[in-house]
Amino acid sequence: MRGVWKLTLIQMKLYLREPIATFFTIFYAPMMLLLFGAIYGNKPTPLFGGRGTMDVSVPAYIGLIIATVGLIGLPIGTASARESGILRRFRATPLHPLAYIVSDVLSYLLMTMLGVLLLILTGKLVFNIRFEGNILSVLGSFLLGTTAFFALGYLIAGLAPTARIAQTVGMVLAFPMMFLSGASIPLEVLPAKIEAVSRYIPLTYAVRLIKELWFGDAWGQHWKEVAVLAGCLLVGGIIAAWTFRWE
Amino acid sequence: MGIAIEVRELYKSYGSVRAVDGVSFTVEEGEIFGMVGPNGAGKTTTIECVEGLRRPDRGTIRVLGLDPQRDGYELRCCIGVQLQEAALHPRLKVREALDLFGSFYPRRVDANHLLEQLGLAEKRGAPFEKLSGGQKQRLFIALALINDPELVFLDELTTGLDPQARRATWDLVRSIRDRGKTVFLTTHYMEEAERLCDRVAIIDHGKIVALDTPENLIRSLGAEHRVVFSADERLDVGMFRQLPGVTRAERVGERVVVYGKGEGLVSGVVGLLERAGLPFRDLQTEQPSLEDVFLALTGREMRD
Repeated sequence: MRGVWKLTLIQMKLYLREPIATFFTIFYAPMMLLLFGAIYGNKPTPLFGGRGTMDVSVPAYIGLIIATVGLIGLPIGTASARESGILRRFRATPLHPLAYIVSDVLSYLLMTMLGVLLLILTGKLVFNIRFEGNILSVLGSFLLGTTAFFALGYLIAGLAPTARIAQTVGMVLAFPMMFLSGASIPLEVLPAKIEAVSRYIPLTYAVRLIKELWFGDAWGQHWKEVAVLAGCLLVGGIIAAWTFRWE
Repeated sequence: MGIAIEVRELYKSYGSVRAVDGVSFTVEEGEIFGMVGPNGAGKTTTIECVEGLRRPDRGTIRVLGLDPQRDGYELRCCIGVQLQEAALHPRLKVREALDLFGSFYPRRVDANHLLEQLGLAEKRGAPFEKLSGGQKQRLFIALALINDPELVFLDELTTGLDPQARRATWDLVRSIRDRGKTVFLTTHYMEEAERLCDRVAIIDHGKIVALDTPENLIRSLGAEHRVVFSADERLDVGMFRQLPGVTRAERVGERVVVYGKGEGLVSGVVGLLERAGLPFRDLQTEQPSLEDVFLALTGREMRD
């Protein structure tokens, strides 16, 4: 596993050198939070069970960051590294393929965490948002949701013949998901028809699991969300491993 | 001298296309061995089978005593590879690239020293996308040398470089050999193979059609040297027949061409002209080259 840390660190540096990726991963969600916070504030409302709009937005926006990195950043990065010959060059070194995958996943995971951390910090400092759950449980749900969406991202990269197609597919999937899953706008304020559609969207399950654990639910109350996300992780991961290619 | 690479009866097809069709050769330690031929002749497929990046259909390959397919990890640790088609992340900086690739190897050389040697010291903070073609190529050479390899593979190293950068790269390759390393390179420039390689394998349609030192390959052709110059009407071309080695002489418009063999052809012609007090200008000599060897062996021009 020689080179894993060095590669992870460099991949993160390179990620931060891409202004668009950096903006959407790290600054977009806190910016949305400040914007909507300025409009709605964080007064307790019966609609959200006595919680404020910001209280429920922070855990939901975590899903926004996960979808951005997993469905857009990761497929573009993976497919273009393959297309331009970057992966080919790695293959000519003693770097183990597994070591490459581990540091790739790790670097995207750490970037996602950085975005989530800044989001939570903004929520806490500006709106003094509530947290009623168990930190380890929420971390677990975050990791499950993130790895499930990374698996889908590698799947897109593996199936797409070019980086351009990977980008298109990723965006076409990501944007409707963000708006129909409750990640951007709470499902409670959306019409019932959209809520019906949301049941077919994987991001809905990630958002709901993180959000409900955030407000103190137990894992046992959400076996369905866990099953859907584990299914994405497993099926996506297997097909991704199958379709992965170095050139 | 030991054997660095041994290839026996190598075959590799892509669909119905036989890219490599029964190739055998050995590369000795400490030499620059070149594989030269037109695009699509099978050079890259051969070198990538030897590097272990492609799996041959048939044949045995031993590189530094290792089997590239079975002992891939051990092999990749002690060889250096420059690929024909490869890239680095556009925003990866030169120094970062060396640190990163160095971290993959159990043994590595000093990155700063390597950058000095390759003339990249001033570019250490520059991102890959801002480098010129020659600088990118030198960075790839640096990456191929970061683990202090015994054997270095260079695939189409100078393609796309201007003549000046190409010559500088040749010096670089010679300096790698002079440090006791073995170099296996491919090129489709005959001049490059002739000037740079200790031994050359000429490959065409997946088969090696000739393998020897450039001098021997050219000598085996038995081709004539030519001395060409301009002179006025008074000159009688018959006078050159008295010179040893001259086979014939003729006038082509205002140019005079003297054909012959042997070392003393040029000095003989010039000496004769001066003794006779005949003015001449624009004197050129044309030697047979590997280009002529390729033409003689395949019946085709090498240039594509």
